[in-house]
Amino acid sequence: MQADERLRQNGASTLNKQQTASRLELIDITKQYPGCLANDSINLCLQPGEIHALLGENGAGKSTLVKTIYGVVAPDKGDILWDGKEVTIKSPSTARDLGIGMVFQHFSLFETLTVSQNIELCLSQKHLDNIGDLASKIRQLSEEYGLNVDPHKYVHSLSIGERQRVEIMRCLVQSVKLLILDEPTSVLTPQEVSGLFDVLRTLSKEGCSILFISHKLHEVTEICHQATILRGGKVVDTCVPSEETPASIAKMMVGDLAEQETQYTKKEGTHTLFSANKLSLPSKQPFGTSLKNIQFELKAGEILGIAGVAGNGQDELMAIISGEDHRANKTSLSLDQMYIGHLSAGDRRKLGMAYVPEERLGRGAVPDMSLTENTLLTHSTGFIKNGLVQWQEAKEYASRLIKKYNVKCHGEFSEAKSLSGGNLQKFIMGREIGQNPKLLICAHPTWGVDVGAALAIHQALLDLRDQGAAILLISEDIDELFLLADRMSAICDGHLSPQVKTQDTNIDQIGQWMAGTFIDTQRELTQETQS
Amino acid sequence: MIRIQARTEPSTLMKFASPIIAIALTLLFGCLLFSAIGKDPIQALHVLLIAPLSDSYNIGEMFVKMGPLLLCAVGLAICYRANMWNIGAEGQLLAGALGGSAMALYFIDSESVMALPITLLAGIVSGMLWSAIPTFLKLRFNSNLILTTIMFNYIALYLLIWAVHGPLRDPQGFGFPESALFSDATLLPTLFEFSRIHLGIVFAVLAGFIGWFILSKTHLGFQIRVLGADEPAAKYAGFNSKKLSWFVMLFAGALAGLAGVSETTGPIGQLVPNVSPGYGYSAIIVAYLGRLHPIGAILAAVFMAILYMGGDLAQIEMGIPVAVVSMFQGVLLFFLLACDFFINNRLTLSNQATN
Repeated sequence: MQADERLRQNGASTLNKQQTASRLELIDITKQYPGCLANDSINLCLQPGEIHALLGENGAGKSTLVKTIYGVVAPDKGDILWDGKEVTIKSPSTARDLGIGMVFQHFSLFETLTVSQNIELCLSQKHLDNIGDLASKIRQLSEEYGLNVDPHKYVHSLSIGERQRVEIMRCLVQSVKLLILDEPTSVLTPQEVSGLFDVLRTLSKEGCSILFISHKLHEVTEICHQATILRGGKVVDTCVPSEETPASIAKMMVGDLAEQETQYTKKEGTHTLFSANKLSLPSKQPFGTSLKNIQFELKAGEILGIAGVAGNGQDELMAIISGEDHRANKTSLSLDQMYIGHLSAGDRRKLGMAYVPEERLGRGAVPDMSLTENTLLTHSTGFIKNGLVQWQEAKEYASRLIKKYNVKCHGEFSEAKSLSGGNLQKFIMGREIGQNPKLLICAHPTWGVDVGAALAIHQALLDLRDQGAAILLISEDIDELFLLADRMSAICDGHLSPQVKTQDTNIDQIGQWMAGTFIDTQRELTQETQS
Repeated sequence: MIRIQARTEPSTLMKFASPIIAIALTLLFGCLLFSAIGKDPIQALHVLLIAPLSDSYNIGEMFVKMGPLLLCAVGLAICYRANMWNIGAEGQLLAGALGGSAMALYFIDSESVMALPITLLAGIVSGMLWSAIPTFLKLRFNSNLILTTIMFNYIALYLLIWAVHGPLRDPQGFGFPESALFSDATLLPTLFEFSRIHLGIVFAVLAGFIGWFILSKTHLGFQIRVLGADEPAAKYAGFNSKKLSWFVMLFAGALAGLAGVSETTGPIGQLVPNVSPGYGYSAIIVAYLGRLHPIGAILAAVFMAILYMGGDLAQIEMGIPVAVVSMFQGVLLFFLLACDFFINNRLTLSNQATN
């Protein structure tokens, strides 16, 4: 806390000293895409050593703006000043030469190469000659910043957090002066997040500017010195995050639209609806995660949240529960006192299960098909007579869904791919809920969805729970889980932790479970019961 | 540097225009080719494309050729819509011809009204059987459907040749590799006095409409389209992809088998070694030219049948080798795929990476 204070003063003093030369200044940046003004006269100023948050709902223009800075997108209008001099950033390599580094949300690392080979790939010959021995340089930087990156490890053996640090290392090796991070924390455990923040603070102290895109507002208030808020391609506000609360920043982001409700009522389920019993299964894919002795019960009228860092067996667990992977033992899964382990996904749907998958486009919806056809994808009851599709009824139902869930689109004839992520998610959510499922499996329901749409989705989930459905909520967003779930659990390396009431736990405990601290005790317990 | 860039919104108009553009480009190419070999290009194109429609006999022959092309193409279009790359229509057609002929020879002295339906059914079942084997291999062992269906084309061809040299050869046929002429009870009735147009064309057009009906009106067809457009979505929705794969392959096999038996019981009237001048392969081009739409396939089959007719006429009247038909088909498919490529992508010339 004190360090923070010092840092801010530090930042402020550098700000005063170097009034004349900002690290980066954007003046009137404008970018027009067909049918969409992505950036509308954006001004932004970054001092050396400043950690600057770029906030906004999806589609507010954040990505376009950082892509402009990184030379991926050419602006239609506006100037970029770098250290006080006007520059044209023609390509990412120009950006890198200036000292701009970027860590994308989706990493671009080759899994079959080592860390140092991956870093070598993006360096020019000139750079390499300057560095000399790359591996020792990596080790030196790794110690300096506490990154803990081993240059000779293969990338496929690294966790997501480690891979992110490799990406950051890649920028550091090129002695970066501005580091752009696109939603860096969405894939990390709480402990990893605080590690990342330590690195960022060290970097900032050394004068490296950081542009930080995030949806998680409490992180922004924790680490950022300045924030710029975009809405509809325009800068609507700037603020000093430490003087604001997450709620007040959220309000700036969405306008007057939404009051973010911080607490929903928690409920207790009535009777066990679904259970997994000693479910162990090897993964189908070579790099997948095997499920190990999964055991849990899900009651009607409750939301069970499963936290976990991506790639710890969530995908495998969902495939097993939904029936897309039906290799499970007949008796290892039961719904309504009926064994369903052997049933196919289609048969499980008929028994009242519904599923909102992680990938919306290409799995939850067929990109090239209309919303009517996409309604029919999983919701066919009532629209099929003697094997014939009742298109007229399906069409009317689809247009009702669009209205009820406020899906922004041209109409039920719109192709799924023409919708934005949040709107498509609202549509899929409405389609699955509309079948009145007994059990809804829901993965990352609001990932990449703006605050307004997220609220609508939350409300829809809570309404479904209150009607008596059981909901299994799998998410990487721990705040959301605490907000929605009545009971909580965590998954790590294919093990599922015990389940606890949300009121009886806290972020710390769940964070430790996400890192797998429960596994040893669980193993001892099972050994005891066996012996 | 030339870069390939995907278009964000491919033009819908162009998607429908692409077969027309491809045909035009093919004709242009034909002009150059005919000039190069010293033939009058205008006359050659006239013989290839206009002459086949110039008298009623030729029009009749055109329909005779269109039947098997269309039957195969409808089945293939539905397979391709489900992402099942069935290249085996030729083999399924030959299997249908073989199985149907065996049945027709069994009925050689019969006058029963059931002889023809049973013969046709035998052809259909043979075609289905022939597509069932590669389908089983794919679904059970994940073998490559393209390769197995091509191999089964050759197996069917040599099985047929063996049959006309052996068990099905006409004992009174002076050793020619042909079966006996079928009895009237097993011959498809012709539709008109003046030509060889037979019931097969009715089956084919009917198949086109049935195919359209299945794809656009039934839940089954919807599932097939989802499976082809987006397999993870089909899995997610819980569609039984094995069942759908079986359906499209057996449907295609049945239609190809019907095409085969309609040839032997129709215009040919007996089993001969060269039942098909590559109808099953040309049907692939017909299916694509018809935009994998069963109704589109009807129009495309007309064009392809004209080309077949025109090839024969060009050989007779102008001494142009009949191979020109195969070449035209190849060039047509080439231009069609190229058009589709440019509808979905564009080339940009640039020195550096820009957006």
